[in-house]
Amino acid sequence: METLTELQWIFDVLTGCGLLWLAWSCLSSRNLHRAVVQFVSFGLLMSLAWVRLEAPDIALAEAAIGAGLTGALLMASLARLPLSGSADIRALKSAERIAGARLLQLLRNSLLFAFALFIIYAIFFLPPEFSGLREEVATEIENAGVRNPVTAVLLNFRGYDTFLELLVLLGALFGVRIVGMQPVRTSMTSEPVLNILASLLTPILILVAAYLLWIGTDGAGGAFQAGAVLGAGGVLLLLAGWRPARALMASPFRSLVLLGPLAFVFVAVLPLLSGRALLQYPPDSAGTLIVLLEIAATLSIGLTLCALFLNVSADDGEQP
Amino acid sequence: MNALLPYTLTGVGLFCLGLHALLTHPHLLRKILAVNVMGSGVFLILVALAKRSDSPVPDPVPQALVITGIVVAVAATALALNLLLGLAASSGKAELAEDLDE
Amino acid sequence: MTPTDWFTAMLLGLGTIFFIAGAVGLIRFPDTYTRLHIATKTDNVGLGLIVFGLAVQSGSWSVAGKLVLIWLLVMLAGASVAYLVANGAISRGIPVWKR
Repeated sequence: METLTELQWIFDVLTGCGLLWLAWSCLSSRNLHRAVVQFVSFGLLMSLAWVRLEAPDIALAEAAIGAGLTGALLMASLARLPLSGSADIRALKSAERIAGARLLQLLRNSLLFAFALFIIYAIFFLPPEFSGLREEVATEIENAGVRNPVTAVLLNFRGYDTFLELLVLLGALFGVRIVGMQPVRTSMTSEPVLNILASLLTPILILVAAYLLWIGTDGAGGAFQAGAVLGAGGVLLLLAGWRPARALMASPFRSLVLLGPLAFVFVAVLPLLSGRALLQYPPDSAGTLIVLLEIAATLSIGLTLCALFLNVSADDGEQP
Repeated sequence: MNALLPYTLTGVGLFCLGLHALLTHPHLLRKILAVNVMGSGVFLILVALAKRSDSPVPDPVPQALVITGIVVAVAATALALNLLLGLAASSGKAELAEDLDE
Repeated sequence: MTPTDWFTAMLLGLGTIFFIAGAVGLIRFPDTYTRLHIATKTDNVGLGLIVFGLAVQSGSWSVAGKLVLIWLLVMLAGASVAYLVANGAISRGIPVWKR
């Protein structure tokens, strides 16, 4: 048993070093394209770290969002940037040569170092016995309607957070629409393999999203992961050159984005009618309400992520 | 605590690496990457500290917070990338060249 | 260790060897196309061996089925993406390595 924990420790140290190395090379590599690819691998290694930290829900979310969707967004915008070369490193080097910059650099680095030491100090001197909100969650879980504590926290105990988060997503979408970078409309791709892949994977991804949603009440999974998988399916379709028909871009379909927040408002106000507090579900119907909320939130999250990608995605017209 | 040392230290390291890159690199896409790395560092510290006791079950509240945070981070990244594309379209540059003159 | 455990250990070890071979090839091979070739092939076989080793341990058909499904999906995605990357490289005029 002793060797096993030692092996785990070695594994953890290696994962940590790998993460630091990937982050460093991502942030300092000459080529922005390479930096983005390294950022994606960084996200994948992060999800391994989440598994080691016994957070499978986060591992799923990180793999789908942190690595997948963020990577797709970064790649798509990189393709649309005017100069995607090594210019930024050159600019950095010339900035370092400016007189007086040395001193500033030294000051900045020592401040950063002191800051790091301060955080490490703060973490080391945290009280060792600490239960957090673990006990409270464990005692209340019977009334939550779901058995996965993370889902219970997200959709029941801290429903406010999730509601406001859906509003943040909506706000980001509004912001993106306001900036008004128009997506370039492309016709269907002439790449048969990508087409086949997209048409094979999209139904599977929808199935996986439904599975994640369903399993999320008992185990790892839930609305965010399912929404992210749906969003990834949409991104795959967009990459294959499929664009929603004009009729689907019309307002009734668009307003599906509002489904999640609206469902939250409805479910939040409902308990008020029976004399309960806002978002305080009656224990016997909590499970049903949470599943309904999750379905609405999944659709909204998936659609919002797709729309966000559609607005940065590039016209790959240079390809034959 | 000892078992969590690698991850908390990695989190601190990631945060500082990201902050350093955020301050030094003029290219805006690099800055967006840096903010994402900083966020990952914070998430790592949060979840590592959620496991900080003898109880076999980790604290679910920080985990839920981190899931929320990851989704917010991707939304913020999308908005930032859009602003970057808008800037690049209107000025032809994706860097903060003014920083160099200071 | 039961015979099943030994079997799993053997399969996992073999799979790891394939992954290591793929990583070495990725570093040492001369051009995009050969690198794609080694990465896709060894990952498919290595993951297959590891999935098989884990499926033997799982002891339930549903878990084993999910593991095999993951393997099939990775093969589908890996093969398609390797083709797409190679095709993109050809259309960008990246030369094919000749001895």
